[in-house]
Amino acid sequence: MKAASIEFRSVSKLYGDVAAVRDISFTIEAGKLVTLLGPSGCGKTTTLRLIAGLELPSSGSILIGGIDVSQIAASERDVSMVFQSYALFPHMSVLENVRYGLVVARMPKPQADERARAALATVGLQGFDARLPSELSGGQQQRVAVARALVLEPSVLLFDEPLSNLDARLRRQMREEIRELQQRLSLTVVYVTHDQAEAMAVSDRIIVMNRAAIAQEGAPRELYEQPSDPFVAGFMGDANRVRGTLARRNATHADVDVGGVTLQLPHRGLPDGDVELSIRPEAVSFVPATGAPLTAIVRKASYLGGLMEYTLDTRIGELFVISTGVEAPHGVGTIVGIALAAHGVVAIPPAMAN
Amino acid sequence: MNDHRRALRGWLLCGAIGFLLVPWYALQDTVLGVAWLRTWGSKDNAPALLQVLAHGRIWLAPLGLLLLAAAGLLLPSLAPRVRANALLAIGAAGFIGFFVQGFAIVPAGWAFPVLTDAFGALAGKQYGMGLGAALVCIAFGMMFSLGLAGRGFFRGDAFVASCVVSVGVLLAVFTFFPVFKILLQALENADGAFSLPAFFERLFTAKIWGVGCIVGNTRCGVAWNTLILALLCAICSTALGLAFALIATRTSFPYKKVLRVLSVLPIITPPFVIGLGLILLFGRSGLVNQFLEWAFAIEPTRWIYGMQGVLVAQIFAFTPISFLVLIGVVEGVSPSIEEAAQTLRADRWRTLLDISLPLMRPGLANAFLITFIESIADFGNPILLGGNFGVLSTEIFFSVVGAQLDQGRAATLGIVLLVMALGAFFLQRRLLGRKVYTAMSGKGDSGLPILLPDGARRLCYGIALPWAALTVILYAMALAGGFVETWGRDYTLTLKHYVKAFGLEWGAHGIIWAGAAWNSFWTTVKLSAIAAPLTAILGILAAYLLTRQKFVGQATFEFGTMLSFAIPGTVIGVSYILAFNVPPIEMTGTAIILVICNIFRNMPVGVRAGMASMTQIDKSLDEASTTLGARGSTTLRLILLPLLKPAVVAALVYSFVRAMTTVSAVIFLVSAQYEWATTYIINRVVNGDYGVAIAYCSVLIVLMLAVIWLIQRLVGERRLGRRGVAAAPGGGVGQVGGSAA
Repeated sequence: MKAASIEFRSVSKLYGDVAAVRDISFTIEAGKLVTLLGPSGCGKTTTLRLIAGLELPSSGSILIGGIDVSQIAASERDVSMVFQSYALFPHMSVLENVRYGLVVARMPKPQADERARAALATVGLQGFDARLPSELSGGQQQRVAVARALVLEPSVLLFDEPLSNLDARLRRQMREEIRELQQRLSLTVVYVTHDQAEAMAVSDRIIVMNRAAIAQEGAPRELYEQPSDPFVAGFMGDANRVRGTLARRNATHADVDVGGVTLQLPHRGLPDGDVELSIRPEAVSFVPATGAPLTAIVRKASYLGGLMEYTLDTRIGELFVISTGVEAPHGVGTIVGIALAAHGVVAIPPAMAN
Repeated sequence: MNDHRRALRGWLLCGAIGFLLVPWYALQDTVLGVAWLRTWGSKDNAPALLQVLAHGRIWLAPLGLLLLAAAGLLLPSLAPRVRANALLAIGAAGFIGFFVQGFAIVPAGWAFPVLTDAFGALAGKQYGMGLGAALVCIAFGMMFSLGLAGRGFFRGDAFVASCVVSVGVLLAVFTFFPVFKILLQALENADGAFSLPAFFERLFTAKIWGVGCIVGNTRCGVAWNTLILALLCAICSTALGLAFALIATRTSFPYKKVLRVLSVLPIITPPFVIGLGLILLFGRSGLVNQFLEWAFAIEPTRWIYGMQGVLVAQIFAFTPISFLVLIGVVEGVSPSIEEAAQTLRADRWRTLLDISLPLMRPGLANAFLITFIESIADFGNPILLGGNFGVLSTEIFFSVVGAQLDQGRAATLGIVLLVMALGAFFLQRRLLGRKVYTAMSGKGDSGLPILLPDGARRLCYGIALPWAALTVILYAMALAGGFVETWGRDYTLTLKHYVKAFGLEWGAHGIIWAGAAWNSFWTTVKLSAIAAPLTAILGILAAYLLTRQKFVGQATFEFGTMLSFAIPGTVIGVSYILAFNVPPIEMTGTAIILVICNIFRNMPVGVRAGMASMTQIDKSLDEASTTLGARGSTTLRLILLPLLKPAVVAALVYSFVRAMTTVSAVIFLVSAQYEWATTYIINRVVNGDYGVAIAYCSVLIVLMLAVIWLIQRLVGERRLGRRGVAAAPGGGVGQVGGSAA
C-alpha cells in the first residue's frame, strides 16, 4: 500500500448561504490515523466527504499525496470509504461486494476473487463468501465493509462513524481491530466520530470541529489536558467550569485561587485577574471535612459498580465528581471536604467572539 | 479527463457520420430501410456535406466547420479547462445554430418575412430534418455536456451531464415546444398573422363560456360543462374511493382481495369498455330499456346519452384510481396514533372523526384533484356517451377533424383545457409539496388499525358494494356483447364479430390475416412494444437524475417531467399536429410520432415509480460504489437497476398498457397506414358496429392480462429487489433485524 498525506488549504463548502465547512486548513501525515471529532452538524462528515470527493469544495484546495484533487470526481480518487450504514450492496454476496471495486476497474474475475478473499482474510472473515449481507451479523457486515474498502489498496481510507450501529461490547473490539489493522498496514486513515472516548482510543491525532470550523487540533492528551476553549474542554470528557483568580505569574506558571484554594497552574498566556477553569471530575478528591479548605454538601450519589458519581454543592458552584472509593460512599446530605489536584485543573482561554 | 477525450471522439464520430454519410433530410417513404442508398447524393437524399457542395444549401456549412473545430480539441496537449470551455462554446453554438437554421429556412425559403427583407429571397429551401440532422444535433448536445462535466458541473460526471442535457432537450422538444406552438396558433388570425383580437374573440365566445343552461334555454358553454362534470365526478369518485379504501383496511370484509382486483381492471381496459357496457345496459336497445318496454310499454329513450351518462361512466372509470390513492393514505395513518386516541378515552367514532379523517385530509384532496384532472382530460367517455353534451376535449377533436377544420379554435380550446388541468395540478403540488414520496416512513408503526364503527361500516358497505356489483355487471355485459348477433334484437350466440375482426384464412402462401382489425392490432402492439422500453428507460433515467444527483436547475427539471403528466391527451394531440406537421421536425402520419407521443405521455409514470423506489434505496449505496471507483453509469447499471427491478417492471407494464389503451392523443395522430386499436374501435362504435368493437376490446383485455403475467414471470419473479431494499442496511441494524422477522 502507498499511504498518502492529506492537506486542506482554506477549504469551504457552502450549501446556498449555509457553510457546512468554513475556511478550514489542516495536514494529515501519511500513515497516521486522524479523527474528526465533533457534535452532529459540526461539519466533520462533510469534511470526510470532501476528502472522498463525494462533495466538491466551494473554495480552497484539497491535496492528496501532494496532488491537487479538488475538482476530481470521487470515482477517480484513490480513496476508499467505510460508511456508517456499511452500504453493502444487498443484492450481491459477500464476495461480490468485496471484489466490486476490482471488477469495476476491469480486473479479471479469478484474480479479483483471489484479492477479495485475501482482503476478507485480513479482516478475519473467511467462509462467508456466498452469504448475502442480510444474512450476516452487524459486526460481520462491518468487516465486509472494511474488506471492500481495503481491497483496492487505497492511499487513504475513510471511516464515517463506523461503530455507531454496533452494541457497546462489539464497538470496543472493532475499534481495536481497526487501529491494529491501520498500524499493521500503515494506512492513512481519517475517522469520523462524535464519541470522544472512541476518538481518544484509536487516534494519533484528533481534529475537534465545531460550527463548521476547526476548534482545536492535537494529540489526544494535548486536547484533554490543554483545551483551547470552553467548547473543547466540555467536549473532551466531562469538565466542571468554575471561575478563579490568576495572580503572581512567573514564566510558565501562576497562582490560581479557586474558592480559597490556591493551585500552581500553567497560565497559558492569560492575563491576571478572573479566569475560567475546567476541573476534571477525577481531579476532585475527598478529605476529612474538618480543616479542609473547601467543603461540599453531597446532593446526588450514584453507584456505578467500579465507580461512584457524585454531584456536590460547593462555594465555587456545583461539581460533578468521579470517585473510585466505592467501599465507603458518602451519603446524600453529608458534608465532605474536598481537595483539587492541580493535574486535572486547567485555565481555559475564553471562547472566541464568533 | 482522458475519458472525456475518449467520449469526445465517440460523439465526433457520431457527428461525422451524420454530416458526411447519411441523408440530412427526412426521407419520403422508409423509416429504417436502405432504399436511400440507391439515390445517395441526390438532392433529397444527400448528406449535409454534399448538400453544401452540390446542392447549394450553404447554411449547413457552419455546422460542419464547428464539427471540424471540435475535432481539434482531441489534441492531448490541451489543458482540460481550455478543452472544457471550448466544448461548451462549440456545443452551444452548434446546437443553437442547428435549430436556428432549421426554423429560419423552410420549404418556402426564409420562414419569416423579416429575414427575406434583410437578406433578400433565398434560392434554396429545405424540408424536415432526418437521420443525419439528428446525429449531428446529438453530437453537439453531447459536446456541450462534456464541456459542462469538464467545468466541474454534475460533480464532473460526464454521464450525468449528458443524461440531464438529453432528457432536458427531449422534454423541451417533445413537450414544451408543442405546447408553445399551441399558444402561437391561438394567437394567429385566419391569415396566419399575429392578432390578439382574434384570440380574444375565439376565447370569449358563448360556445365556451355561455351560461345559457342557467339563465336561459340554450346550452351552456363547453368550459362550464367540463368543469361541472369534473367537479361532480371528482366528488363522487373520491367518496366512493374512500368507502372502498375503508372497507379494504378497516373492516373484516371477507373479499378484500376481490376489491383489489377490481381496482386494477380499469388500468388494463380500453377507456370505453365501461361506456360500451353502459350502452348495452341502459342504451336505447339496452337491457333496461327493453325490459321497461316489455313490462310497462315505456318507450325506449336515449337518456344515457348526455352529461349523466358521461358522469356515470367516468365515476366507474376513475373510482379505482381514487381507491388506489386513498388506500395508501388510509394505511398511512399510523395505528399507534389511533391507539393513543383510544387510550385517551375517545371511542371509535370520535377517533375516526377527530383523528383519522383529519389526517387523511391531504390524501382526500389529492384523490379529488387527480380524479378532477382525469375527468377534464377524458376523451373516450364523452365521445361515446356525450351526445349533444360537449366538453372541451371532444370540442377540440371536432374542431380539428370535423367539417370545421379550425386549428385556431382547437388551439384556443386547448389552452382553456390546459389552464384548467395545470391549475388543478399546481393546486395539488401546493397541497402535497414533496410529501408524496416520503409519506411512508415505515418507522416504528405498530399496533393494529382499529375497525370502523358500525354505522360508518354500514354506510361504506351500502355505498360501495352495490357499486362494485354494478361494475362487475358492466364488464360482464361488455364481454357478452361480443358473442351475440345484434344486441337488443337478436341474442343468438355467435362468433361472427371475432371472425370479422380477427379472422384468419389459409391461402396458397400461408396464413392470410383476413380480419379487419389485424392491421390496427399489429400496429398498436408493435409501436407500444417499441415505446414501452423507451418510456421505462427515460422515466427511470429521469428519476435517477432527480433523486440521486444534485445539479443547478433540478427543481425546474423535476417540474418539467411532472408537468407533462398534467397536460391532457387531446391538448398533446393537437399540439403535436401543430408542431410536427411542418419542418424542421416533420413527422405527422408516421409511426415515429405515435411512438414519441406515447413515450412522452407516459414517461411521468415511470418517473414516479422510479422516484418512489429510489428514495427507498439508501444513498450511501451509490456513494460506496462511487468511492470504489464506479462512475455514474456503472453505479446505475450494477447497483441501482438490480435493486429497482420492481419499479422497472412496473414502468414497463404500465407504459405498454397505457400505450395500448390510449385514445385521446393518438386519435389526432393516426393515419390510414398507422391506425391505433382504440381509434379503430371508436370508428366501429360511431358506425353502430358494437359487436366488433366489443370483440376487439375483449381481445385487448386478454392480451394485456397475458402481457402483464408474462412480464411478471420473466422479470419480477425473483423479487430480489424488494428483499434487497428491505435488507439494505440503510436504516441501521434495527431494520436489518426487522426484515428477517
